[in-house]
Amino acid sequence: MDVHEYQAKELLANFGVTIPRGAVAFSPDQAVYAATELGGWHWAVKAQIHAGGRGKAGGIKICRTYHEVHGAARALLGKRLVTAQTGPEGKPVQRIYVEVADPYERELYLGYVLDRKVERVRVIASRHGGMDIEEIAKTDPEAILQVIVEPAVGMQAFQARELAFQLGLNIKQVARAVATIMGAYRAFRDCDATMLEINPLVLTKDDRIVALDAKMSFDDNAMFRRHNVADLQDPSQQDPREAQAAEHNLNYIGLEGEIGCIVNGAGLAMATMDMIKHAGGSPANFLDVGGGASPDRVATAFRLVLSDRNVRAILVNIFAGINRCDWVAQGIVQACREISINVPLVVRLAGTNVEAGRGIIAESDIPIISADSLADAAQKAVAACRDANELTATTT
Amino acid sequence: MSILIDEKTPIVVQGITGDKGTFHTREMIGYGSNVVGGVTPGKGGTIHLGLPVFDTMKEAVKATGATASITFVAPAFAADAIMEAADAGIRLVCSITDGIPAQDMIRVKRYLMRYPKERRTMLVGPNCAGIISPRKAMLGIMPGHIYIRGPVGVVSRSGTLGYEAASQMKAVGIGISTSVGIGGDPINGSSFLDHLALFERDDETEAVLMIGEIGGPQEAQAAAWIRNNMSKPVVGFVAGLTAPKGRRMGHAGAIISAAGDSAAEKTEIMRSYGLEVAPSPAEFGSAIMRVLTQKKTHLIPA
Repeated sequence: MDVHEYQAKELLANFGVTIPRGAVAFSPDQAVYAATELGGWHWAVKAQIHAGGRGKAGGIKICRTYHEVHGAARALLGKRLVTAQTGPEGKPVQRIYVEVADPYERELYLGYVLDRKVERVRVIASRHGGMDIEEIAKTDPEAILQVIVEPAVGMQAFQARELAFQLGLNIKQVARAVATIMGAYRAFRDCDATMLEINPLVLTKDDRIVALDAKMSFDDNAMFRRHNVADLQDPSQQDPREAQAAEHNLNYIGLEGEIGCIVNGAGLAMATMDMIKHAGGSPANFLDVGGGASPDRVATAFRLVLSDRNVRAILVNIFAGINRCDWVAQGIVQACREISINVPLVVRLAGTNVEAGRGIIAESDIPIISADSLADAAQKAVAACRDANELTATTT
Repeated sequence: MSILIDEKTPIVVQGITGDKGTFHTREMIGYGSNVVGGVTPGKGGTIHLGLPVFDTMKEAVKATGATASITFVAPAFAADAIMEAADAGIRLVCSITDGIPAQDMIRVKRYLMRYPKERRTMLVGPNCAGIISPRKAMLGIMPGHIYIRGPVGVVSRSGTLGYEAASQMKAVGIGISTSVGIGGDPINGSSFLDHLALFERDDETEAVLMIGEIGGPQEAQAAAWIRNNMSKPVVGFVAGLTAPKGRRMGHAGAIISAAGDSAAEKTEIMRSYGLEVAPSPAEFGSAIMRVLTQKKTHLIPA
């Protein structure tokens, strides 16, 4: 789960990290009001979306007058911002953050990540702030400083101090940097984050250390115990179909292709998509219906897949373990009766009670194309999709 | 032989009285597993499915001599259950639970390291289908009837893709020595490498099928290890060739976020270390058949 910049900053501030004075706004008037309340001479008006690369995409504007604040807010709000990280469709800007823009001396980088290789939290710092960490890794790998946190005791002050001295800070700055690095670590730990990036972390003339930007992602599996974070979810930043799927505890990810997939198990779902590609087609989505695929779940899955207008054929691939094929088959037949499925449907069933399941499909009057293996199912779905496309081509 | 479990391995079920625990304990007993008891805090002293139930793992191990456990415990309590099993002296813990917070898993792995290597607990999972040694024992939730016994070891992240492999192999008459699901979480217990090392030492296993997916470094680490340490042929596969970057594909760990995470890169790494890679997920059976036949012809003295 991701949150907006202003939300990440509020979380960090609770752990003693210094952030610029700022306020969120939903309209140009609110933005101007925020600027007057905040005081100062310059303001940054920042589009709040769940993606990076805003600066280069024109999502952050520095304003010198209230008039400019109004104009910047009007230009951003209600638009879709396309950045290098959003994809071509962009993300909707429904909130902006107005922040006092004070001058600063140096930009630094500070990041925290759950590292899968060492299976611990890795803290990364660099004197090159304001650049992507990937870019620093390419241009000046020596400038990337790292410490690994020992899980039994957590991060220690000496580790933060080592980083601060290596960043070339003076002793007064080091004390503040240690408070920032330790505070951000506690925020990461206590909010069950998987990624935290403060880029840039800036050093002001009066030796303060300020988080100018902040990005946080959280572990979905831990949100049951982090209600303060879970409440920050913003559905406007999610694909509507994915949000709808999540409501039904289904795992759906929309793609560009033409063959809709309904599969049980994440691995088999990925393999089914791969198999479609292998057979010369293209998958329209990833969809894992999970172990207990009840008729209701199956029907919801069909609705989701059919809400994608690019879908020309559907492939259902169920390998029943805990599940039983006859139940799944009943679910498919029931779903087909409830909703009109106007594209060819290929069904492959395997595992527990497969004969009974195939019997139910065969006896129903629904035109289902049965397949008996993964390869067979993919080939039939690709062929059905091709036929459907040819039919559309000849009728139009 | 087989790896990890056989028909004698005494098993305790953690969370035996819950719906899932009850259902799968019955299945495991039906398959022939030696289930000797269960643990549910607060239900100690009762009998469930004809088995004694204990309040704590220590009591269960003391009374039954169990060496393996399987956990059907809700995500919030699963890490605790795994550590309790390790502390009670259980040598093999299989965690089925999907949804354990990653930071809990970091703690679990750190906790397991506190024991010396010779008595360290092996954790299989979490978020996995478990372990099966066909015709001997099942410590998991898989449909037992799709497996036949034979010379191939299977280690897979995904449960259902492991089933797919088993059924393809059954269709061409090839059986399995042991099949292990290591689970789809970003931080998990045992890795591909741990099980490959066991398969290498197992007399019954002649070849291994390793089914990975996008995300994480374990497939590449395993491939490098195979090149230097493994005498038995290994067929590899990595699911998720069509998966987009930065999106979580169902499993918490199935996400392309760093260099080397994609299926194309991992497949290339496997090939570069000399592994046979199944060209598609529909060709597990045929690829295994090929390496087994090659091995046989190779063994016949000229």
